[in-house]
Amino acid sequence: MKVLVGVKRVLDPQVKARVKADGSAVDLTNAKMSMNPFDENAVEEAIRLKEAGQVDEIVTVSIGPEKAQETLRQSLAMGADRAIHVVTEQVLEPLAVAKVFQHLVAQEQPGLVLVGKQAIDDDCNQTGQMLAALLGWSQSTFTSELKVEGETATTLREIDGGLERISVRMPAVVTVDLRLNEPRYATLPNVMKAKKKPLQKLALEELGLDVAPRLTTLEVMEPEARAAGVLLESVEQLVEKLRNEARVI
Amino acid sequence: MSVLIIAEHDNQALAPATLNVVTAAQQIAGHADTTVDILVAGQTCDAVAQAAARIPGIARVRLVDDASQAQQLAENLAAQVVALAAEYSHILAPATTFGKNFLPRAAALLDVSQISDISAVVDGETFIRPIFAGNALAKVRSSDSCKLITVRTTKFEASAEEGGNAAVEPVTASEESGLSSFVGRQLSQSERPELTSARIVISGGRGMQDGANFQLLDAVADKLDAAVGASRAAVDAGYVPNDFQVGQTGKVVAPDLYIAVGISGAIQHLAGMKDSKVIVAINKDSEAPIFQVADYGLVEDLFEALPAMREALG
Ligand SMILES: Cc1cc2nc3c(=O)[nH]c(=O)nc-3n(C[C@H](O)[C@H](O)[C@H](O)COP(=O)(O)OP(=O)(O)OC[C@H]3O[C@@H](n4cnc5c(N)ncnc54)[C@H](O)[C@@H]3O)c2cc1C
Ligand SMILES: Nc1ncnc2c1ncn2[C@@H]1O[C@H](COP(=O)(O)O)[C@@H](O)[C@H]1O
Repeated sequence: MKVLVGVKRVLDPQVKARVKADGSAVDLTNAKMSMNPFDENAVEEAIRLKEAGQVDEIVTVSIGPEKAQETLRQSLAMGADRAIHVVTEQVLEPLAVAKVFQHLVAQEQPGLVLVGKQAIDDDCNQTGQMLAALLGWSQSTFTSELKVEGETATTLREIDGGLERISVRMPAVVTVDLRLNEPRYATLPNVMKAKKKPLQKLALEELGLDVAPRLTTLEVMEPEARAAGVLLESVEQLVEKLRNEARVI
Repeated sequence: MSVLIIAEHDNQALAPATLNVVTAAQQIAGHADTTVDILVAGQTCDAVAQAAARIPGIARVRLVDDASQAQQLAENLAAQVVALAAEYSHILAPATTFGKNFLPRAAALLDVSQISDISAVVDGETFIRPIFAGNALAKVRSSDSCKLITVRTTKFEASAEEGGNAAVEPVTASEESGLSSFVGRQLSQSERPELTSARIVISGGRGMQDGANFQLLDAVADKLDAAVGASRAAVDAGYVPNDFQVGQTGKVVAPDLYIAVGISGAIQHLAGMKDSKVIVAINKDSEAPIFQVADYGLVEDLFEALPAMREALG
């Protein structure tokens, strides 16, 4: 079975986003960028399935600017076999990303697609579900355990009330949560080897898809800052303040 | 064209998140000068439909009572939403794991860009939503004819539960997809208030050191009738179950009082609690970033502070 994995290049999770002075977008100039953390879990899971003999090829996909290549190289250094870079300077909405993946699925015929549950820049949490819909495939979101058993897969999903186990018919789209696994680091020899692995480039326009945005961003704003608080001396003082000043207990 | 809300429920009771969505839906309906319906899709869920019908200001409750909707699997629920979509200008669900699971699927089938996690309604086409872990807010306008939206429940008051008398209309179930099936659920049992709707939340982080030490938090929570939450580090370390996680990728809470204990205040944690009315931080490191958002800070060892707090609360 072949697996397709989505890897998005995003602002590094340790970096606090700042809004551009003109209110048009978040300022990413010279900012540290990384692979979306959930996508690291997705790549790791694909590698584990390959190590278990259930997968024979791992193809990672990134849609984005020139630099998205770095993210793909990282996935190759972790252990993916091949990468596809759909090059565009446009910021695509999840619906458009899902259409690009749908196109690549038709070409590559994978038996499983793994994506992150959420990109930590747009915080949309949509792409996997949308792709499953476009393909008419089953889906498992927020997955923290995945067992592929031939025609079906059993997954554990992190839901608000606790955990849910479902069984999905293969092929499926699985969106992964952070507790699915612990992603490996790429070792230096593997980073070197990754430079020789195939990375195919496609121009977004060549695919002939409708990726026009449906949403217009009118403004990007800073959230309201909280007023500075005070440091207290003791628990007694804290309880007194909560009772008589803040009046919340 | 009216506004449709997809009710979150467990076939027995309406989940409180639905009431926050009602408020967002009514704001949209006000701008669009239209009415609000609720879809209750489930099996043997008549009590839920009755509860939905009693919410003030609801025009119709549309009820699908069918085995295919018993577990609200995404494939079946999305198909049901698509079957009704032509009658609606807006379709709303809570931005909970329930809503996030099926609504994007319905959106793609309708060729619509979903607007995730809205925190405010500007008008019928324009909404505000947090991005980058809440470090920025985007004002977006949708050009789709039917708008699919998930609602950040902490940003909209819960509507009243009683006073309405909407008609309950049965709807034909769409076909079972056969794509996935439900195996089982392990739900956390707790006597405490539910995390996302509690008036007071006390959360523990890696500083708690192990799961047994959460008893110290529980003792304070009991005195305050508070819900207990956690940072991701505490969940990853196995101190508490995953559904305790507060943050960008866990639950978003905005109680009157949030007490962070042994939590450093990473961006991703702040994303889930910085809209709380009053924030208290207890941390032995005075440099911890959590103090930058705290109204009241206490630089102290939590193993001394928590028992003392329980005492002080009487
Ligand atoms: C993609 C992604 C998503 C994430 N999502 C979330 C999320 O949803 N929610 C979340 O919380 N995190 C999330 N994280 C993780 C986040 O970045 C932090 O790693 C995490 O919040 C740290 O948890 P912590 O504050 O408990 O632990 P630490 O950062 O280790 O802090 C522990 C704190 O406890 C204090 N302490 C230790 N001992 C004591 C003591 N005896 N008394 C008092 N204080 C003490 C220390 O001074 C320290 O400040 C996410 C990370 C990524 C990459
Ligand atoms: N531009 C992209 N390139 C590759 N994968 C993507 C891209 N955008 C989204 N994805 C995948 O879809 C997941 C969910 O993204 P989102 O729906 O935007 O929150 C991410 O974790 C990625 O796995």
